[in-house]
Order: sequence, then C-alpha cells, then structure tokens
Amino acid sequence: MAFLILRRLVQTALILLGVAAITFLLLYALPADPARMIAGRSATAQTVANIRRELGLDQPLLVQFWAYLQGIVHGDLGRSYAQKTDVGALIAARIPATLLLMAAGILVEVVLGLTLGIMAALRRGGPVDRVVMMASFVGVSAPQFVVALLLLYIFAVTLGWLPMSGFGTAAHVVLPAATLGILGAGWYARMVRSAMIDVLNQDYVRTARAKGLSSARIVLRHALPNALLPIIAMIGIDIGQFMGGVVVVEAVYGWPGIGQLAWQAIQQVDIPIIMGVTLVSALAIVLGNLIADIIAPLIDPRIRAQ
Amino acid sequence: MRVLKAMLRQPAALFGLIVVFAVLAMAIAAPLIAPYDPDNQMFDGLTLEGAPMPPSSQFLLGTDTLGRDLFSRLLFGARTSLVIGLVANGIAVAVGLFVGILSGYLRGIVGALLMRFTDLMMAFPALLLAIVLAALLRPSLWIVAMVIALVNWVQVARIVYTETRGLVERDFILAERSLGAGHFRILFVHILPHLMPTAIVWGTLGIATTVLLEATLSFLGIGVQPPQPSWGNIIFESQSYFQAAPWLVFFPGAIILLTALSFNLVGDALRDILDPTQRGRG
Repeated sequence: MAFLILRRLVQTALILLGVAAITFLLLYALPADPARMIAGRSATAQTVANIRRELGLDQPLLVQFWAYLQGIVHGDLGRSYAQKTDVGALIAARIPATLLLMAAGILVEVVLGLTLGIMAALRRGGPVDRVVMMASFVGVSAPQFVVALLLLYIFAVTLGWLPMSGFGTAAHVVLPAATLGILGAGWYARMVRSAMIDVLNQDYVRTARAKGLSSARIVLRHALPNALLPIIAMIGIDIGQFMGGVVVVEAVYGWPGIGQLAWQAIQQVDIPIIMGVTLVSALAIVLGNLIADIIAPLIDPRIRAQ
Repeated sequence: MRVLKAMLRQPAALFGLIVVFAVLAMAIAAPLIAPYDPDNQMFDGLTLEGAPMPPSSQFLLGTDTLGRDLFSRLLFGARTSLVIGLVANGIAVAVGLFVGILSGYLRGIVGALLMRFTDLMMAFPALLLAIVLAALLRPSLWIVAMVIALVNWVQVARIVYTETRGLVERDFILAERSLGAGHFRILFVHILPHLMPTAIVWGTLGIATTVLLEATLSFLGIGVQPPQPSWGNIIFESQSYFQAAPWLVFFPGAIILLTALSFNLVGDALRDILDPTQRGRG
C-alpha cells in the first residue's frame, strides 16, 4: 500500500512536469507577445525590448524553462506581468472561493445524482426511470453558460430571490453551485442507476429480501455501499471537469475565484498566471484521482486484497 | 439497415434522429429558408428607441441588438456549428483511433510512450486549455476546430487502446499471425473493422461535446468571430442585453441544447445497438 502510494506520487510529479513542459511550449510558440501587451500600443521598439529583457523573454527557450522549473521546485510560480505581484500569492488568494464553489457544486451534484439514480434504479423501466434518464440526458447536453444565464434570469432578474452576482453571503453561492451541480448530476444519476441495477440483481440482495429486511434498509445499508465505488472514482474525474467549468461559471456570476483570475490573465496575455492556473488545475485533477484511488480500497476490501 | 430499424423502434433515438436531420437540412438549405440576409442590419429591425424587436410575425424569433433577424442568423449559425462539429470531431476521432490502435498493438517503448502521453493529456484541464489556446491564437473557424480536436482526441484514444489490447489477445489474431499475416494487414484488415462501432459511437457522441465546446468558446468571445454567426457568438453579442431581450439568449441556447441532446440520444442508441453487452445499462 505504502509502495503503491509512493509510486503514484512519483507518477504525479512526472505528470505535473509534463503538463508544465507542454503548457510552457504552447505559450512560447503562440504568436501573442506579452512584452508588446505590457508596453502598450504607442511604445517604441526600445521600450518593448527593455521590457522583454526585464522579463527574461530574450533568453533561449530552454534557459527560460529551466529557470521556471527551478522556481516551481522552490514553490515560486513567477511574477505576474500585469500586476507585478507573486503568482503563487495571487492564486492562493483566489483558491478558497473556488474551493467553496466546487464543494457546493459537488454537493448538489452528488445529492441530486444519488437520489435520482436510486429512484430510477428501483423503478427500472417505469415512468420515473424514463423521466430521470431523459432529464439526465438533457443535463448532460445543456451548455453551462445557457443554464447559468437561465437560472440568473429566473431567480435573480424575474423573481428577485437571489443576487445577480458577487460573493460574500450564502445566497451568492446558490446559483453558481446549482449551475455546476445540475449539469453534473446527469452523469451521476446515470452512473448510480447502472451501478445500483447491477448490485440489486445480486444474490445477497435477494437473500436480504428473503430475510424480510425492509426495502429502505436493503437499498441504503446493503446495496448502496457497493454501488458507491464508481461514484467516488467519478468525483475524482469531476474535479478536472470543474476546473474548466469554473472559468465559465465564474465569468457569468462574477465569482472571484481562480477561474476569473485565469480569464482576466488570458485577456492580458499574462503568461505566468495562465501557467500557474493550468498547473494548479492539473494538480487538482491528479490529486482528485489519487485521493479517489486511495479511498477506494478503504471502502471496498476486494480491492485491498488485490 | 438493421441499425436503422432498431433505432426507429426507440422513441428517444427516433426523436434524436429527426432533430439531427432537421438541423442538417436547415444548415444546408439556410440560404433558401432564411427570410432575411443574416448580416443585414435592418432599419425596421429595431424599435424607435433602438432596442431589439421581440418575436413577431415579421421577425419569427425577433431581432438582435443590431436589428438583424435572429431566425436567419440561427440558420446560418447552424452551418458554422455543424462544420466545426464535423471537422473537429472527425479529426479527434481519427487521431484518437490512430494513437489508440498503435499504442494498443505495439507493446514496446513506442506503445508505452504514446499511452503515457495520452495519460498526460488526461490530466490537462481540457476546457481551460481550449480557452487559453483559442484566446491567444487569432480566433477563426478553423482555429476553433483545431483547438477542439486537440482536446477531444484523448478520450477516444483511451477507449480504442483498451479495446485493441483486448482484440490482440483473441485467437483469430493469433491464427492470422501464424498464417503469416504482417502487422499492417492485422492492424487494418482485422483489428480496425472491430473498432468501427466504437468510432461510429464516438463520432456521434463527440459531435455533441464539440457543439457545446464551440458554443462555450464563442460565448466567451474567443470562438468564431462576429459577424459570421455561430450559436455561441449570437449569445455572446447579446449577453449584456439579456435582461431586456431574453429571447436573444434563450432561442440560441435552446437550439444548442436540442442539437447536443439529439446527437447524444443517437450516439447512445447506436452504442446500445452496436454493443449488446452495454444494453440497458445507461
């Protein structure tokens, strides 16, 4: 077990190194010139050259990449071109807001997905099942920004129940979290349904039924724990989906998280921030999968035995 | 034929097929159906105060902030969205098939390297990568298609890899090999046909993802650039006006949803029909 975790940690480090290299190369190869962006339209060639030297952009690619890697190892993500401050600090300041949003989104997603999925599995083939399956398809196919604007229109503009945008009170979390959660719930409902159907067909469930256990007890105590495994793996994968999704959701709702930070940085060609957010996102994805892999054997002794 | 018959028996798949063909027909026949020129900023397309017109008998779905007919723009937008959907997803499936089949068949260092690279791409936040690339390159229809293809091939490669690994172990491949068939022949004559169902299913499901991704990029203003209409950039252009003219957001939004939903329904039905082991498992 310890060896397994160690191996995964080494893999994680290698993946992050790869992500850093690819992002760095891509950003370097792109035609956007950050020095020109900072200097402004009317700057002379001399000013642009000075800025380029100041940022170290006149160095060869490998030298720049090596310097960047050295920085990462020391926990230094570089300095923002536009804001002249430490990227690590900028990102760290935004992370709590994004974590809050993601946690609330995952909560909505899991609660909604579990409830609907179990309902559908118990009444397989019936009208409830059909409605849930259809709804999950709609959820999976809905564009995030349209759902965000729709919720905004209904609950903020027309009904006036919730604030349009911003951050601070519990009411501000509701719409962004619902946007993230409703869409993801479709996948969860389908997964839970299919896992539950598998489990409910097994002999031990029949035995439990024959023993005369109540339906609720069979479902919640006997069947659900065995159906949970794919859901936990799913949450790990989901974190990756969310890291992209938050850019859109944070843009629509004006949520001050790392998605908004990335979006502002993209518009200003602030490469250190873009690099930083990409790395932090990749780290979140890898950690999400890692945690899912570590939790799985704790829940399921069959995996532990392997 | 068998596949088509099986699809027609499922109401959901039938609905999906009808919508898919309707959207295709609308895109192809856009110049014939559209009541107005999609780029024409009509004088009577705005109210006296300069606001967009709500849906009426003159403008079926209303007009946008520049007085252009929304229905005509949606029809021409269907062309953009479907071209990107077909091209980007076609490339993604082709690349995914190629990488997956090679890494699944070649056991040595090449296969391992290809798969590690695929794993690496899985750790990339796909939407974030697409947003960064689309924003920093000069956005155009083809750039958007390439960016989407670049982030979407990974899933296909993963699945094809797993399937190829399974196929290589099967007896008929062993038999072929002992008959003296070369790698080329085994790969393209014996393994590739078995992967076609997967390719078809992902070719369909992927279009839904692609249409959504294109709309998202265009909505952020880094996808297809106005005045060329796309479903996403129609919403992008009218976003700031949406409290006063919600139809400008909701009609294109509904079309995007309906199209993605239909491709998903058709793809899911195809998966059920082509792969009986998955049947009824959702």
